[in-house]
Amino acid sequence: MRIEECKKTKIHMGDYDIIVVGAGHAGCEAGLIAGRMGMKTLLFSINLEAVAMMPCNPSIGGTGKGHLVREIDALGGEMAINTDKTFIQSKMLNLSKGPAVHSLRVQSDKQQYHIEMKKVIENESLVSLKQAEVVDLIIEEDAVVGVVTRTDTYFTAKAVILSTGTFLGGRIFIGNSFYDGGPNGLTPSIKLADSLKKCGLPLRRFKTGTPCRALSKSLNYDKMLRQDGDEKIVPFSFQNETLEKEQVPCWLSYTNENTHNVIRKNINKSALFSGNIEGVGPRYCPSIEDKIDRFKDKDRHQLFVEPEGLDTDEVYIQGMSSSLPEDVQESFYKTIPGLEDIEIVRPAYAIEYDCIDPLELKVSLESKAIKNLFCAGQFNGSSGYEEAAAQGLIAGINAVRKIRDKEPLVLGRSDAYIGVLIDDLVTKGTNEPYRIMTSRAEYRLLLRQDNADTRLTEIGYQYGSVSEERYNKFLEKKERIRKERERLDNTYIMPSKVNEFLIERGSTALNNKISLSELLRRPEMTYESIKEIDQEERPNLAYHEITQIIVQIKYEGYINKQLQQVTKQKKMEKRKLDETLDYSNISGLRIEATQKLNKVKPITIGQATRISGVSPADISVLMVYLEKEKRNGK
Amino acid sequence: MEDTIAAISTALGEGGIGIVRISGQESFDILNKIFVRENSKNEFIDRHMYYGNIVNPENMETIDEVLSVYMKAPNTYTCEDVVEINCHGSIISQKRILDLVLNSGARLAEPGEFTKRAFLNGRLDLSQAEAVIDLIKAKTDKGFNVAINHLQGGFSSVVAEIREELLNVLAQITVNIDYPDEDIEQVLYKEIEKKLKEVNIEIKELIDSAEIGRIFNEGIRVAIVGKPNVGKSSLMNSILGENRVIVTSVPGTTRDTIEESVNIGGIPIILTDTAGIRKSENEIEKHGIERSKEKFNNADLGILVLDSSRMLDEEDVNIIEKINDRKVLIVINKIDLELKLEEKHVKNMIPEAKIIRTSMKDMSGLKDVKKAIEEMFLGGKIKQQESHTVNNSRHKDLLIKAKLSIDDGTELIKKNEALEIVEIDINNAYKLLGEILGETIEDDIIDRVFSTFCLGK
Repeated sequence: MRIEECKKTKIHMGDYDIIVVGAGHAGCEAGLIAGRMGMKTLLFSINLEAVAMMPCNPSIGGTGKGHLVREIDALGGEMAINTDKTFIQSKMLNLSKGPAVHSLRVQSDKQQYHIEMKKVIENESLVSLKQAEVVDLIIEEDAVVGVVTRTDTYFTAKAVILSTGTFLGGRIFIGNSFYDGGPNGLTPSIKLADSLKKCGLPLRRFKTGTPCRALSKSLNYDKMLRQDGDEKIVPFSFQNETLEKEQVPCWLSYTNENTHNVIRKNINKSALFSGNIEGVGPRYCPSIEDKIDRFKDKDRHQLFVEPEGLDTDEVYIQGMSSSLPEDVQESFYKTIPGLEDIEIVRPAYAIEYDCIDPLELKVSLESKAIKNLFCAGQFNGSSGYEEAAAQGLIAGINAVRKIRDKEPLVLGRSDAYIGVLIDDLVTKGTNEPYRIMTSRAEYRLLLRQDNADTRLTEIGYQYGSVSEERYNKFLEKKERIRKERERLDNTYIMPSKVNEFLIERGSTALNNKISLSELLRRPEMTYESIKEIDQEERPNLAYHEITQIIVQIKYEGYINKQLQQVTKQKKMEKRKLDETLDYSNISGLRIEATQKLNKVKPITIGQATRISGVSPADISVLMVYLEKEKRNGK
Repeated sequence: MEDTIAAISTALGEGGIGIVRISGQESFDILNKIFVRENSKNEFIDRHMYYGNIVNPENMETIDEVLSVYMKAPNTYTCEDVVEINCHGSIISQKRILDLVLNSGARLAEPGEFTKRAFLNGRLDLSQAEAVIDLIKAKTDKGFNVAINHLQGGFSSVVAEIREELLNVLAQITVNIDYPDEDIEQVLYKEIEKKLKEVNIEIKELIDSAEIGRIFNEGIRVAIVGKPNVGKSSLMNSILGENRVIVTSVPGTTRDTIEESVNIGGIPIILTDTAGIRKSENEIEKHGIERSKEKFNNADLGILVLDSSRMLDEEDVNIIEKINDRKVLIVINKIDLELKLEEKHVKNMIPEAKIIRTSMKDMSGLKDVKKAIEEMFLGGKIKQQESHTVNNSRHKDLLIKAKLSIDDGTELIKKNEALEIVEIDINNAYKLLGEILGETIEDDIIDRVFSTFCLGK
């Protein structure tokens, strides 16, 4: 809609620096960081009960995702702090593997998560939270200047962030019935989808699903396996040194032949198999009917019963998402040990929604077609609370930087999982809701959860998302780590003093003196275990700090190897490409390469190398062309 | 800094001297590792030529006596440190030196890469930019054809199989790391170790067969073509005679074309007997004929065999038209029979081709055929396509690096290192093998994870 038209027919309700459409995990981070960076910010939610809502599983973190949460924290985001406030079970996954893939995951109290996040937003002085349905963008000369609401009001702003989640064009499927609807029984945002298409944003359909919720009292836990959290809780936020909390258990059970028979008999009734759904679903969240159909030889599938919170009896049945009719759902659940008398309070459903092809976005998450319009979360084709929050944070930071006429924050693939996530989305695109995995990162050893702040807090400070106070604390921590590392490197122990100790622990005896660091490189040695022979007084360090030191020491060789690769890659990332370059004018590029380059418009040679269909020879041609242009310019 | 690259920079088979060129920071170090001068220390003065031997540091075997020159940056062709090793002109010698250089830390140069570096480093003037692009493009196109050629052979299917095995290991590791909560067995180090051992034996077999030329047969590619029953196979057998060196039995080349390697006057020749080219409705035969055409298109020289006892017919003309732009030697066979073929017609159709009359019955003319091949090669009329050698060296280089990577991974497993660290080396080997096949699909592993394992909430 044009501003002139708005002025004639709508009521102007305010002018802001930044407007965020949607207050899910992406929108909350975007809104908060914009406010904290000094912007007058307006955060819309179609329903204020949906602020920071967790419409799917009641958990945060896990492999890759837990890394994202740490990175969000290191850059000044809220997710980790809010998670620490509201979790009810905490677990460090992958402890049997190396530290690069240790991953924190918690069970969250959904209601508390929503309440606490809403409180933080309400208390953020520059952020206003409003309940309204945004139905249109106001566009002037290819740039967004505001939004229109359903009640014929409009708000103006310098930048707008879209984080519409599954609300946009939302459609619910349960069995053979389907209707327009948002997540969790909320209203969808239908009009906005039409408006965005009119604005020239091509939308596509993705799909996701969620299992049923049941009442805990209807389940028999005696027939299930108890899953407890860790005894020693590791906080998500670097700002919390320790946390103590009473935890609640989850429960494990399995499907069986009877379950599978019920599902097989009714499989044609599933919305997924009846052909009603056109959206593309993620491969990593198949429904139970999908699992049974695709993995025919698997005679059981596991499911976890997870509490939705402390103030509710509702539990989430993880592993059992389905779009079968309710009666079928009930009968197959009842075949599962412990679920015989299950009382379902919310049926499983599939939801289809509109989202953008992320190739339409710049690396800053700004739309290529509409200036000052930033996009984040499921709207960009991702999936997951953490992926959404990470993009929200970056979109928020970059909207602020755009308004201030500063270069955007673009994290590299060797800087952060956030960098991997965004680069994958905007460079390679995605054909299904995108989930982060540690295997998507080339430099997994560098991108650990223990060192997220070392990697990112300095960058956050430079780009304005990390406060002075937080930064100073970080510097102190960095110094403590450096000092302790130095001490371990320079403290030598004599064979006579420790050989007995070593042999006792099955370690090889020494011939010469050795530094504590060298000793720690032995797989069987830990920081705790060498305390006995570490004569000096040890500094009082937090868990995060010790972990960083130990990982640095133990994996130094491998880490350095990856660092060398990064140096090479970074050189390619430093060679800038003009975003307005028309690749059709470069002779020597293959047709496929020309098309792909014109679509993605990479900002560096490094990014260009990652586009599928661009060969090393194309890159050579491109580099020769750039050199030619450079010399011509002179 | 840029990595160090190397390549044979003289056209193969043309002169008595070959030059292996190295460019980049490590050039000088590499030279020092493999170049041994008699009775003097290894002191080099910039731009001076030194006499010595190229010696494999691993077994102290002397590979060739050479002249080496070291040129310091920036006043060199690429504006980087450059080393040039002048060796004997034989393909074997140049290749072995190149292999050694690659094993000592260099990477095989991409097509046109020396010139590209020269331009990017400001050495060439602006007017040459287009020429540089054309060079990269032309060389890549040519190399690409050869890569396709390889892909159709047994070599690539073996590499693909090995890669597939690594992919399964990687998928298992990935699912263990990224889905620790799922109901999926943890991969055991013993099993990975066993798999890696198997894989490495297979890679080693490929490398070994490369050494004796079974798969990477080096030499001039000569294809014998002609319609059926003109005596192609007899000609091939006669040329091979007692000179037969190795019989290749590359799986996948199938019954319809036969490849053999032979040495004529010191020139290694790969001789291909193609299926008779003629019009066919039969599916299997069509396939064979397609292969013949392909072989012929990739050959450096074609020998067209005609039957002197039959009139030139439509089938002959068809073949002549297809091969018109190739280097061709015409053999008119069966001269012991009644002459019906008019040589004039043939001459008119391919005026520049040399015609030799033979009879395989009494071997007459056979010497002339061999001599003609030798002359054409030495006279520079035909030369081996550079891209054959480039690809072969590249593939061998990649195989060796993949094997080393798996060795490293195996060591880590023995040391009981963390799974994600072991994964790095296996993944690296997987990528190296992918480069041989020219595949760049990165989502392979994740695709495999989702297709193999049942995951999800």
